Amino acid sequence: MLNVSIYRYHPEQDEKPHMQDFQVDTSGKDLMVLDVLFSIKEQDSSVVFRRSCREGVCGSDGMNINGKNGLACITPLSSCVKKNKLVLRPLPGLPVVRDLVVDMGQFYKQYEKVKPYLLNDTPAPAIERLQTPQERAKLDGLYECILCACCSTACPSFWWNPDKFIGPAGLLQSYRFLADSRDTATQERLAELDDPFSVFRCHGIMNCVNVCPKGLNPTRAIGHIRNMLLDRAT
Amino acid sequence: MAENISTMSFDAVVIGGGGAGMRAALQLTEAGIKTACITKVFPTRSHTVSAQGGITCAIASDDPDDDWRWHMYDTIKGSDYIGDQDAIEYMCSVGPQAVFELDHMGLPFSRTEKGRIYQRPFGGQSKDFGKGGQAARTCAAADRTGHALLHALYQGNLKGGTTFLNEWFAVDLVVNDNKAVVGVIAICIETGETVYVDSKVTVLATGGAGRIYQSTTNAHINTGDGIGMCLRAGLPVQDMEMWQFHPTGIAGAGTLVTEGCRGEGGYLINKDGERFMERYAPNAKDLAGRDVVARAMVMEILEGRGVGKNADCVHLKLDHLGEEVLESRLPGICELSRTFAHVDPVKEPIPVVPTCHYMMGGIPTNVGGQVLFPESESKDRVVEGLYACGEVACVSVHGANRLGGNSLLDLVVFGRAVGLQVEKSIRDGYSVKPATQNNIDVAMVQLQRLNNSKGGERISVVRTELQRIMQLYFGVFREGPSMRKGLDLLRQLRGQLQNVYLQDKSQAFNTDRIESLELNNLFEVAFATAVAAEARQESRGAHARNDYTDRDDKQWLKHSVYYPEEERIGKRDVNFNPATMPAFPPKIRTY
Ligand SMILES: Cc1cc2nc3c(=O)[nH]c(=O)nc-3n(C[C@H](O)[C@H](O)[C@H](O)COP(=O)(O)OP(=O)(O)OC[C@H]3O[C@@H](n4cnc5c(N)ncnc54)[C@H](O)[C@@H]3O)c2cc1C
Ligand code: SF4
Ligand code: SF4
Ligand code: FES
Repeated sequence: MLNVSIYRYHPEQDEKPHMQDFQVDTSGKDLMVLDVLFSIKEQDSSVVFRRSCREGVCGSDGMNINGKNGLACITPLSSCVKKNKLVLRPLPGLPVVRDLVVDMGQFYKQYEKVKPYLLNDTPAPAIERLQTPQERAKLDGLYECILCACCSTACPSFWWNPDKFIGPAGLLQSYRFLADSRDTATQERLAELDDPFSVFRCHGIMNCVNVCPKGLNPTRAIGHIRNMLLDRAT
Repeated sequence: MAENISTMSFDAVVIGGGGAGMRAALQLTEAGIKTACITKVFPTRSHTVSAQGGITCAIASDDPDDDWRWHMYDTIKGSDYIGDQDAIEYMCSVGPQAVFELDHMGLPFSRTEKGRIYQRPFGGQSKDFGKGGQAARTCAAADRTGHALLHALYQGNLKGGTTFLNEWFAVDLVVNDNKAVVGVIAICIETGETVYVDSKVTVLATGGAGRIYQSTTNAHINTGDGIGMCLRAGLPVQDMEMWQFHPTGIAGAGTLVTEGCRGEGGYLINKDGERFMERYAPNAKDLAGRDVVARAMVMEILEGRGVGKNADCVHLKLDHLGEEVLESRLPGICELSRTFAHVDPVKEPIPVVPTCHYMMGGIPTNVGGQVLFPESESKDRVVEGLYACGEVACVSVHGANRLGGNSLLDLVVFGRAVGLQVEKSIRDGYSVKPATQNNIDVAMVQLQRLNNSKGGERISVVRTELQRIMQLYFGVFREGPSMRKGLDLLRQLRGQLQNVYLQDKSQAFNTDRIESLELNNLFEVAFATAVAAEARQESRGAHARNDYTDRDDKQWLKHSVYYPEEERIGKRDVNFNPATMPAFPPKIRTY
């Protein structure tokens, strides 16, 4: 029997959050954390969490698993359980809606701020806009982000300034468009980032890199933006 | 009578924020029509995100002489001749424009040395109407095409300023006294508030329903809600017996590894290491139609040549492609295989088994996405105010078997077409009689029964049983007597479902309530599937019967139509009237 402790909070019933313990029979299998949550929901259907794809591509089930942010669906028990104990909490730093579900509003707002869409002021050709494999390769490690918020909610700078610091996920996407040879808005994009908070609040602590379930490296992208901003200043 | 609920008003409401829904919403928003896109998950969490291999379209990058008519021929053959030729012609000819638009929106397609979009071979693709050998027609962003496409569309909608109602759940259609659809009852999941979303037109883009089966490549949210809504409103659905079983689901987990693996040169082997597809499809081999490959795999397993502890799967061999190709072209597959099969494809083969993947059937529509009510074999009536596109619709471009990469194309081509059609209709002054309180009350019945439930069966128990029945009696091979047994079991289960117990009656983010409503939809889809499968007495495309092993063009070169009120199957003519060329006549289908 695996001991599982889950953060519970129901806005209509609870004044403040508490932890609730469950026992789950894993039959000795190395289940994913999401499977454990399914068994718990069979025991108590009021336990609430988000999920969709169950294969690590939709970004629904980011949560704090034994102290580390990750996706429940692709985190095997063997990689996180210690002393037969699993502790599940919502992603830190965002308001909790209920149980493991957080309000992602602030996170999405920072994403939207970087204008995460291609801007190109030349008329579109009759076919695709050409791009060499080398130019396209610059987007690898950037476009794969699934917006799970594991990184930003592990970032101390984001905790302190969620409204002013764009955070690792938003900045990764910002760089995804700065790096795209088909985008012509580089200067405008940089101008909008050029303040003491949007980018420069990153202190290179690398929490984001350590937790990203897709193996992406926001810190490196932030470094590139920083250099572009500095180049622009000189 | 229901308590009074609040109302929100739009000119168009799109239910679904996947590829189809977001393409439609973008078209409508850009046309200046007051539109809302309702989605039960944040848009980029929709199932389209899981699509891997690519989007098939004759953009003439790999082969400058490629021709959309060849793609049309392949699609018709793939459909086993019950795909509608006017719709297939439209999809294949408009396709290139829709794909280029995605590039302009920012989709990061992989590239060729010439700087064009990279295309890979997929099953069922040919040049020169089947005479010129294998084509490479599937446009790809590595093996994450769905993710790239869905994010690009979301980004396009952000740029366009679309109104999203994210994490809202559509419950039932509201139908006015003139039988026109005038919006939908929806729940804001976060607060639990129930709202009447009043709209001149409603677009269903709710995606597939693979969760009716125990083993599926589909996400948990694929519960066929749009089909359930139509059936409860008395509207028929088409070709529901046609479910695609994808040859390469990871054994045990159900997660998909793309057909692109075989496109890039991978192949299937049995326990003797034999490349068995050479026996079943001497020309196309591992790139024959999916139905053909899936059946061959089941035959190998049934004849004792399976692999694994229980000899119940076969192997997909990729290691000969080399680490470099695998890591650059199929990085997501390497990741999934390591996570879910505990196998590194660079070194070992992946255990795979045919797994429920795609719903070819759905809500019948015309090429503009208008929902049709088939009144007889040859006569349809347009259902006013209701449109459908994407996997939930049956326009029908996939017929009895979908070709790989054709769904993503279907989403963007018909999402766009719906937008254009709705725009025209609204500009032409389409107006509706408003819903009465009684119309709204009718749409609230399902939700109220659930909210008032006082004991009965648990949701998870009924769901598990439903999935078990479908898996056992309506799988890759089917037979009359066992399907009739399955139908009896489903009828019994309906009783339990009617008094399913909603334990959690609270408001905020109540996923128990959502899952109960989804279960009702799953059941409706499963039941329609079962009735249609039993009725179609032939084998065609994905529908393979042991008791009727041949295709019967005399009786069944037809769509099946399930009428929910009488629980009866009717037939509907297939379209053989493409606009620009003679029809492709049915031929024996070999690969
Ligand atoms: C693993 C996998 C890989 C695939 N790979 C490919 C591929 O390579 N190429 C290809 O062409 N096809 C592929 N397919 C098929 C293709 O991905 C799907 O058919 C397609 O994405 C469906 O898109 P859609 O827009 O119709 O629906 P979805 O993307 O499923 O979106 C449905 C939307 O409806 C919303 N919704 C549903 N019900 C409700 C409700 N009640 N209330 C509110 N909102 C609701 C959901 O929130 C969601 O936004 C693949 C499928 C799978 C399972
Ligand atoms: S490296 Fe920067 S963005 Fe990443 S966690 Fe640290 S401060 Fe945050
Ligand atoms: S960068 Fe990684 S952790 Fe951050 S949102 Fe994207 S996928 Fe999630
Ligand atoms: S459920 Fe989609 S990422 Fe985990």
